[in-house]
Amino acid sequence: MTKKLKAGPVLYLILLAAIIVLPVIARAEDDDISNKFFVPPPPFSPGIFPCSQCHRGMPVNKHPRKLQMHQEIADNFKHMPGGWCFDCHNPDNRDKLRLANGKLVSFKKSYILCGQCHGVVLRDWKVGLHGKRTGMWNGKKEYRLCVNCHWPHNPPFKAIKPLPPPVRPADIK
Amino acid sequence: MGKFTKKKDGIHLDRRSFLKGAALGVAGIALPLHKADASVWEAFFQKRFIEMNDAEKKQVLARLEREYEEKYKIAIKVGDEKAIPGVLFGYGLDLSRCIGCRRCVYACVEENNQSKDPQIQWISVLRFKKGEKWVDLENSDRYYNPELVPEEGYFTMPVQCQQCENPPCVRACPTQATWKEPDGIVVVDYNWCIGCRYCMAACPYGARHFNWAEPGRKPEELNPETHYLGNRPRYKGVVEKCTFCIQRTRKGLYPACVEACPVGARKFGNLLDPNSEIRYAIEHKRVFRLKEDLNTNPKFYYFFAYGT
Repeated sequence: MTKKLKAGPVLYLILLAAIIVLPVIARAEDDDISNKFFVPPPPFSPGIFPCSQCHRGMPVNKHPRKLQMHQEIADNFKHMPGGWCFDCHNPDNRDKLRLANGKLVSFKKSYILCGQCHGVVLRDWKVGLHGKRTGMWNGKKEYRLCVNCHWPHNPPFKAIKPLPPPVRPADIK
Repeated sequence: MGKFTKKKDGIHLDRRSFLKGAALGVAGIALPLHKADASVWEAFFQKRFIEMNDAEKKQVLARLEREYEEKYKIAIKVGDEKAIPGVLFGYGLDLSRCIGCRRCVYACVEENNQSKDPQIQWISVLRFKKGEKWVDLENSDRYYNPELVPEEGYFTMPVQCQQCENPPCVRACPTQATWKEPDGIVVVDYNWCIGCRYCMAACPYGARHFNWAEPGRKPEELNPETHYLGNRPRYKGVVEKCTFCIQRTRKGLYPACVEACPVGARKFGNLLDPNSEIRYAIEHKRVFRLKEDLNTNPKFYYFFAYGT
């Protein structure tokens, strides 16, 4: 009897500790990732960030509509059918992005946001397989944010002009 | 007896006088050289790079730097960085991402001092029609030139030296001027290559290229950071090939083609390091090696990051 009574609080304590510690561990892991590799700043148009410099004090209207500003983004938007700004942007604090679970992430860690749907790509990116790497193969590697190569509002890689083909043997003088 | 006698069928020369004459002749050739430049003799009696000790290497590198400076009027540094212990280089190329833009081809030429006229390129990008029998390399297109890439219905596959673990080119060389380094890179000693091109015939990947003429490149376009076994300026009549940018990778840098690829299709790392990108690709993605059936055992892995 006494043993059972003792085990109860211990178990309860362990559970409580887990509840407190686990998010801390998860957070530490998050920070580890960003410490492990260098990521360049997000490619903002000059002068556009922080967003709050214009949006502060502006009334929030969450309904899709014709915009006075940023309509060019809405026109070229081709990411999720029926998508709208607040799927990723945060209406209350514009300087942050918002995950599906309501958590906020900074623009510097936007890969967490992209990884919500593109989990396999995020995994490959973290180990160094997806995306371009520069720097040292045995040392400091330079990563790029998803948005450094993919415009987030229309992400597929754009076609580019190839460099000239080699000289044909027949054309060598 | 006279030294030579004139007979009906020509001049008869006995052996002793022939040898004497030959010795004199050789000495005669040597005389002006003695006055001209000692480095010609040094170059003539130079050993294979792999057989030299550090002092000899130092001397040879200094001589080469002198020669290049005289020839190109710019300072060119010739290095001899050794293989890093515990490293075996491997390369990965993601065919599901390559768009065939040829940025790698030209980044390679800039880095590795290839001749521009006549043109030598170490990377060939082959274009295949989707859905056809595509490992049929002979019927691929190297000369595609559309407005934009990637093209609908086609895919591309860059081919360069596969740095075989069992390189047929090395076995074909009659002078042992080409060999595999401890870190797996197959290199050429341009001062030992006699230009017989047997290695080119032996290579199943078309990865070796011959300097049919004096390499044509403006001195100001030369990359002055070079390696003896890599991108130092070449001579007319020698064979050259991709060295995984030996002058960069032995210092820890990525090869030039890896850094040039705009889609990040090119991966590079140490095959002996279980945490390297290349090992992750081999262990988690669909991988193949080109002409694996030839038992060349390439260290160049083509993989598909999409559609595991």
